[in-house]
Amino acid sequence: MEPVLRVEALRKSFTLHNQGGIALDVLDAVDLTLRPGECVALDGPSGSGKSTLLRAIYGNYLVSSGRIRVTHKGAAIDMAAATARQILDIRRHTIGYVSQFLRVIPRVPALDIVAEPIRARGHEYESARAEAERLLRRLNLPERLWHLAPATFSGGEQQRINIARGFAVAYPVLLLDEPTASLDADNRRAVQDLIGEALARGAAIIGIFHDAEMRARVATGTYRMSEAKAA
Amino acid sequence: MSAPPGLDDAPLLSARGVTVTYGRRTGCRDVSFDLWPGEVLGIVGESGSGKTSLLGALSARLHPAAGSVRYRDRTGRVADVYRLTEPERRALVRTEWGVVRQNPRDGLRLNVSAGANIGEPLMAIGARHYGAIRAQAADWLERVEIAADRIDDPPAAFSGGMQQRLQIARNLVTGPRLVFMDEPTGSLDVSVQARLLDLLRRLVADLGLAAVIVTHDLAVARLLAHRLMVMQGGEVVETGLTDQVLDDPQHPYTQLLVASILQV
Amino acid sequence: MLAGYNFAYLDEHTKRMIRRSILKAVAIPGYQVPFASREMPLPYGWGTGGIQLTAGIIGRSDVLKVIDQGADDTTNAVSIRRFFARTAGVATTERTAQATIIQTRHRIPETPLKAGQIVVFQVPIPEPLRWLEPRESETRVMHALGDYGGLHVKFYEDIVRHGRIVTTYDYPVLVNDRYVMRPSPIPKFDNPKLDMNPALLLFGAGREKRIYAVPPHTRVKSLDFEDHPFTVERWDRPCALCGAPDSFLDEIITDDRGTRMFVCSDTEYCRGRSAAKAGE
Repeated sequence: MEPVLRVEALRKSFTLHNQGGIALDVLDAVDLTLRPGECVALDGPSGSGKSTLLRAIYGNYLVSSGRIRVTHKGAAIDMAAATARQILDIRRHTIGYVSQFLRVIPRVPALDIVAEPIRARGHEYESARAEAERLLRRLNLPERLWHLAPATFSGGEQQRINIARGFAVAYPVLLLDEPTASLDADNRRAVQDLIGEALARGAAIIGIFHDAEMRARVATGTYRMSEAKAA
Repeated sequence: MSAPPGLDDAPLLSARGVTVTYGRRTGCRDVSFDLWPGEVLGIVGESGSGKTSLLGALSARLHPAAGSVRYRDRTGRVADVYRLTEPERRALVRTEWGVVRQNPRDGLRLNVSAGANIGEPLMAIGARHYGAIRAQAADWLERVEIAADRIDDPPAAFSGGMQQRLQIARNLVTGPRLVFMDEPTGSLDVSVQARLLDLLRRLVADLGLAAVIVTHDLAVARLLAHRLMVMQGGEVVETGLTDQVLDDPQHPYTQLLVASILQV
Repeated sequence: MLAGYNFAYLDEHTKRMIRRSILKAVAIPGYQVPFASREMPLPYGWGTGGIQLTAGIIGRSDVLKVIDQGADDTTNAVSIRRFFARTAGVATTERTAQATIIQTRHRIPETPLKAGQIVVFQVPIPEPLRWLEPRESETRVMHALGDYGGLHVKFYEDIVRHGRIVTTYDYPVLVNDRYVMRPSPIPKFDNPKLDMNPALLLFGAGREKRIYAVPPHTRVKSLDFEDHPFTVERWDRPCALCGAPDSFLDEIITDDRGTRMFVCSDTEYCRGRSAAKAGE
């Protein structure tokens, strides 16, 4: 099967101008290929750049060199060289991202946060909300929380909203950063099911799973992060 | 909600080499960018960065010393804003743009009722049915979360947050495609800000508005803008996706700005 | 005629300047033409604009009528009529039908006008947008752009506060579908007379130095809302003197006990009707 994502010779270093200009090399020559139905677990110690790699693929971090080729609407686009507009469109349709922490917007209720990526693709409010409700129910988020803004929710509740948001749209590529870190066994299982269903429909996933059991259940392969070169 | 535009749409607003000077002082220099329908561009910087000069030049209020600002109107026609005649330019601002000022008192008629404030842009483009104008004003009051029974009250009696929401309603009632905002929450208390930002977010998304928002507050930029331009000393020092510029700033000045934000 | 003065007081160059302004005003109905208003032998606010217009157009064969609030015999009307009698030696009249030039303050005569007649209006403030925008530079641009939305704001507020538009005189009108004009402080009752009138209507503001005009047979429409259309004043009784059912009535207190009667403000019209009735 044709790969849906190809990371080639990716390098990422950060230059901290206001701290003497020190450079931190975090990613060095990452090569990774992802096909539909695959779930690759990033493996490596803390600081080896796992989150950085996910963010670079998502366009949240710029890359220092290398390519990130994703199949978007039938054509191959290099995220590293794409325009802001293209990246926004890719995020809308092709690549979904579940971050480690929910970024809370004041006053926006949980349901709307989950529904937002569906609405961004042009769907009507009612159907987007219905799908959001379905996902939150699956993740056992109590209904009484649906219409509240998540600022005061627990870590686990916020994480479930984050996950629901990531799975609200059938992205061809999903990036998961510690999706079950704050969840109990039941909810971990729910996430596992969601991942399984996504893979079954042909999604391709890269994930960071500290939970070994989860990793064993969902990962179809592993990518080992190399140690970063010292600056 | 309106469907997002295809990637092959032409830009809505194009700035090329925009330079604003005040005698020998430079407001902003050589600024270029494109803005597409439905996109929100944030212009961030501290005082003296040139962001207000730039906004003035973009919104047809400040004639640039060099460069061009082009706008594509509803019919698809592209116009060089400063080559239009004055009547054409005013018609453009009246029918396709909105301008939200930092201080709502600069953008409202304080001694005329809230309903008349919202109705005036409609009357200015030829609306002549009192009942219909009043109904539209009432509809917009609801959309900006102002109690319906305030429709006949003059905004001189409103709180700052209400005045700002009224200004937004006044600007959006004609269905503009592009809105310019100068520090829209600048004069408001923090708790009031949150409500206004939420409103702006929803309106921009629901109406498919394009917007250029000038702010010194990075949190406001993060919340509202798809893309950011960071300005320092009259020049654009960094530009890109909002989350990328704020999470992975490249330019020393941007890094300084981001690092300077106090955490609550 | 007074010796040592020009015909009708003004020198011929000044009259030429005024006529050029009039021609421009007639060519652009409702548009305020600036003119070099001269010092006249009466202060600003007393009709210097109207007098300059009349002086600019009056000729030996003209017949002049002057009214103030509809009456020929008020102080100002008498003074102005005598002024022209002395400086131009022209015939004067109180009969609307006989006049070729009618200078007026605050009324249009009830007797329908004919082609060839000229009405000269005395205007205090010519600019309809002045209450909205104090800057002359800005109001000129607003007229140029047809930017009249703000005017309707006042009407909107009237309806909010009073349930109807409360402007009753000097009621703004749209002339020839283009410029908004103040018709001088005539009651709104007279506004319909402006529309498609066979006479030439000239407006002069001496202090503000503006001349404007409504040529014969020009569309003049009073501003309103579709659902609050323009209406005129009505009385529940006819004129107490002549029985006219459809003229503008003044309320006159006749004694110290508050007895009042309503009579035509147009004294000549009233007299004419009364005479006709008596002759029957």
